[in-house]
Amino acid sequence: MKTLNRRDFSVDFGLTLAAAILLPVTTAHADDTNMEVHIDNFVFQPPELKIKVGTTVTWTNRDDIPHTVVSAGKFRSKTLDTDDKFTFTFTNAGDYKYFCSLHPHMTGMIKVE
Amino acid sequence: MSGHDHGDHGLSRRKVLECMTWAGTGVLWTITGGVPRSLGIIDSAQAATAAAPGMTFLQISDSHVGFDKPANPNALGTLEEAVNKINAMPAKPSFMIHTGDITHLSKAAEFDNADRIISQSKLDVHYVPGEHDFLDEEVKFYRERYGRGTKGAGWYSFDAGGVHFIGLVNVVDLKAGGLGNLGAEQLSWLEDDLRGKSKSTPVVLFAHIPLWTVYPEWGWGTEDGGRALEYVKGFGSVTVLNGHIHQVMQKVEGNVTFHTARSTAFPQPAPGAASSPGPMKVEDAKLRSMLGVASINFKQNEQRLAIIDTPLQG
Ligand SMILES: [Cu+2]
Repeated sequence: MKTLNRRDFSVDFGLTLAAAILLPVTTAHADDTNMEVHIDNFVFQPPELKIKVGTTVTWTNRDDIPHTVVSAGKFRSKTLDTDDKFTFTFTNAGDYKYFCSLHPHMTGMIKVE
Repeated sequence: MSGHDHGDHGLSRRKVLECMTWAGTGVLWTITGGVPRSLGIIDSAQAATAAAPGMTFLQISDSHVGFDKPANPNALGTLEEAVNKINAMPAKPSFMIHTGDITHLSKAAEFDNADRIISQSKLDVHYVPGEHDFLDEEVKFYRERYGRGTKGAGWYSFDAGGVHFIGLVNVVDLKAGGLGNLGAEQLSWLEDDLRGKSKSTPVVLFAHIPLWTVYPEWGWGTEDGGRALEYVKGFGSVTVLNGHIHQVMQKVEGNVTFHTARSTAFPQPAPGAASSPGPMKVEDAKLRSMLGVASINFKQNEQRLAIIDTPLQG
């Protein structure tokens, strides 16, 4: 079971690298002021994002199970069903730790410079 | 593997594997002095309960009414099948416990539909909420329907057939990186509730998320569940029922028996067997063998609890 799990992670990692390389080519309108985080298989992807002040981040839930995006005192999405999105614009520098209030083991970080 | 509690206490690995294998057909368990003993698969088990005097109650869980994704496009339909199965039981149980996730998105219509189907069982139902039942903005739909007479976020206790039942809520105020949570207020209520109770009173605790640590990597456990278990430690017979993980799992530790019920909506993978705990897509023909209800037979004076898992389809 453990072996299988580790293999899954390495597959995910491989896909992430591929996506990162493809991103500038496939999303022509993507720029520094709009960034995306996807929820896939109960994981925020990418789990950490470095952005500039003024950047808008959009989270999209691609799971069959609802999730939320919550950063204590900073922002809180409503419940995101499959394919629902949540958007937040970061106007202050700082580290924003966030999590899913339904599945608190799901955590992520936005670093705003 | 050793980091997780997978029933190593008093339950051999082989026994666990047998339990997993039989999960598709249903097993009658009797627990005598904290040691589980299986009496056989579902047909003989049902005959045995029908003949056995004593109190019987049912557990149903994770109906996810409103769920319509490929793992089960009709969660309401399989809930109705489960209720039909209950209505066809040879002996009518005394009441039913629902261990949460009645709905998928806490919508009023989902609660209406769930209620319409579950009420066809004509049984008293004691609910505790799952995290999916607390998704509405004001978190009021669950409480308005099921919260009457409960404390805090919906915890309560009642007595039936000489057994003290305690419904707990561990799906609110979850902390980043954490597991399920009972909270200080509920724990002190629990301590009070048990105070003065004779240690020979059998206790049944039920909550949505497992009170024991099943698999923390997927959030399958309760941060302060150990505190609740401390309070019931001195009691002769303790049974802990939960849902949330959509599969049968059982563990015995001293006088405490932990048991997880199936979902009536969709199966989830065994701990670590997939990249996430999300709904598991199985062949249509196999789906119903992985959904079901549990009935628990309590024989008074014998401190014996028989748990029967009934899949929707053998
Ligand atoms: Cu989540």
